[in-house]
Amino acid sequence: MSLVLVNLLDGLVTGLLLFMLCSGLTLIFSMMGVLNFAHASFFMLGAYFAYQISTYVGFWPGLLIAPVVVGVAGALVERYGLRRVHKHGHVPELIFTFGLALLIEEVVQFFWGKSQMAFEEPEILKFAAFSIAGNAFPAYKVFMIFVAVGIFLALLYILTKTRVGMIIQAALSYPETVQNLGHNVPLVFMGVFGVGTALAGLAGVMAGPVLGTFPGMAVVLGSIVFVTIVVGGLGSLWGALAASLLIGWLQTFAASYNVTMKDVLTSVGLSEPADLATSALRDLWTLTLPQIGPILPYLLMVLVLAFRPQGLFGKRET
Amino acid sequence: MRKLAGLLLGAIIAISSTAMAWAADTVKIAFIDPLSGPFAATGEQGLAHYRFAVDELVNKNGGVLGGKKLEIVPFDNKISAKESLIQLKVAIDQGIRFIAQGNSSGVANALTEAIKKHNKRNPDKRVLFMNYSAVDPALTNAKCNFWHFRFDANADIKMDALTDIIAKKDDIKKIYLIGQDYSFGKAVAAAAVKYIGAKRPDIEIVGNELHPIGKVKDFTPYARKIMASGADAIITGNWGSDMVGLGKSVLASGFKKPIYTYYAASTGITKTFGADGKGPLKLVQEGMINPPASERAAAYMKAFKAKHPNKDMGQPRIANVVEMLAKAIDKVGNATDMVAVAKALEGMEHEGIFGSKIVMRAKDHQAIQDVHILAHTDEDITFDLDNSGFGLKVESTVKMAAADSATTCKMKRP
Repeated sequence: MSLVLVNLLDGLVTGLLLFMLCSGLTLIFSMMGVLNFAHASFFMLGAYFAYQISTYVGFWPGLLIAPVVVGVAGALVERYGLRRVHKHGHVPELIFTFGLALLIEEVVQFFWGKSQMAFEEPEILKFAAFSIAGNAFPAYKVFMIFVAVGIFLALLYILTKTRVGMIIQAALSYPETVQNLGHNVPLVFMGVFGVGTALAGLAGVMAGPVLGTFPGMAVVLGSIVFVTIVVGGLGSLWGALAASLLIGWLQTFAASYNVTMKDVLTSVGLSEPADLATSALRDLWTLTLPQIGPILPYLLMVLVLAFRPQGLFGKRET
Repeated sequence: MRKLAGLLLGAIIAISSTAMAWAADTVKIAFIDPLSGPFAATGEQGLAHYRFAVDELVNKNGGVLGGKKLEIVPFDNKISAKESLIQLKVAIDQGIRFIAQGNSSGVANALTEAIKKHNKRNPDKRVLFMNYSAVDPALTNAKCNFWHFRFDANADIKMDALTDIIAKKDDIKKIYLIGQDYSFGKAVAAAAVKYIGAKRPDIEIVGNELHPIGKVKDFTPYARKIMASGADAIITGNWGSDMVGLGKSVLASGFKKPIYTYYAASTGITKTFGADGKGPLKLVQEGMINPPASERAAAYMKAFKAKHPNKDMGQPRIANVVEMLAKAIDKVGNATDMVAVAKALEGMEHEGIFGSKIVMRAKDHQAIQDVHILAHTDEDITFDLDNSGFGLKVESTVKMAAADSATTCKMKRP
């Protein structure tokens, strides 16, 4: 039972980390109507910038400065890159962000090399906050939970209670109308893109010490981010949160329990082939839940697209 | 005018003939390994060591065949088996007769098959395969062939040595096995089950699982399972970011007992673990770096570090590949008769620079050598890794590990 509690907490951390990445992307996606393939690359940039800053002045300034730098870089990319490409339609935009992702990966390898970076959590958070049945829960993860929840509340407040938030919400659904009303929609887009990438950068800073800082970190998280925003529903903050947590728990619990296909198949009344080594269904019989864990989010996405194409909390069809 | 033309022609002939002579002056070794993508760091380190080894150990001492130099020609295979076969073709077309590859047993399996076929069809252009790192036991068992030589201890031999050490530790009662879900990970797990069962039947294997390779974002759930199992030790064949992810999660969960690994060092891994890994983290590997095996080894290491301050000598055996190949070429007297060179390598006994005798076992072309259990530490480290102050220190040694081990290899000799 205590293991369930540990897994719930671990899944919460994974989910909230995913949320930090998705909250920005879901706004960008619904605004531009185009997937930003480079979003996870900004996540990686955040980790690398923070690592670099931490070698000079320590972790904490890096936590503040790196996301800002990433956000400014994101805003510049929108202003001088995406906005020019935007005139030519969605496909060039898509290709642009795809190229950007490749470019960022190469740039990172050029400056930092291809090895793992020794990016570590700050000394002050290097202790076990508490432990459940011998399982230590690092203080750093508690800190991650607080930061992510804080960001969610701040975003929720800005989007629903402030004037800027209302303009963003309106611009998400009816950009032309909002522009006709005299608002500077391109500026709104640039701002949202900048803040979105800054959040991705912050997620990178938080994740770097835990998940490792290496050139492949964008690729590992890249596709799962899209799955999350599609499942949650485009442009919906609550959707991004719900989908992130769902996927976080799904993956944690799938990896934690060694349910085998054999158990499932025998429980529905099938019997194991006598000679498993030569059976055509050998692979099916030897599958375990941790092995199929990584594809479960994609399965979830297929189901959501089939039965609720607008996503769990979305208002618009994807 | 005519005179000038004649002069020009003469000059051209002179230049081209010297160019040809120069080209023929080197014996080329194709290095087919990842030089881009996520595993490029390992590939580039290997390439740097190969280039250093041929210069330092062979070319500076007069080369081979009375003056020819060894030359390493790099080919990027992006760690894909398909790409490796294309690069193999390019290398053969360039007239290269020696192929060195090491990273990924999947690639090595593809290459050894392709080389076997090529040598059968082109008896006048045969090539030899110097496998310096791919440790899938099948390569010197069921899939062995005359053209393949393995210089690293294979996964079975490493496990044999490791379990020799574990068998002496009475406080280990429960072991957790975890690895990447592909041929190598499976081979490690199978070997562990076999040897632990034979040497210490009282040890309970409390977990034996494979996780998707390179796809696990967070290893925390696996770490929780390991903690819950009450394991006294972990054995893993993980490498790269999978090794870092697993190790960090397990240590963060409060695991204080030994983590026996195959590849938890260098390319940023040593630096990332740093002080956290001191104590639990162990490696099973050939090659003695700390303490240096001899003054010659120390000088060799020092020269390498002077030339490549930001690279490590992660695969010491590369020095053995180069020295043994040079020896075999010199013994045969040419670098074109591959049957003769292969026969010279077969059964060769060599005093390796890193303090171990190496015997290239004739029956399966598996190098037999000392295998060490190394501890990740910052004490008594002469040569650290990742410039981190931390390095690997020999903790215990199994002399000529698994020298009499069985092989299923039925080698067909030409």
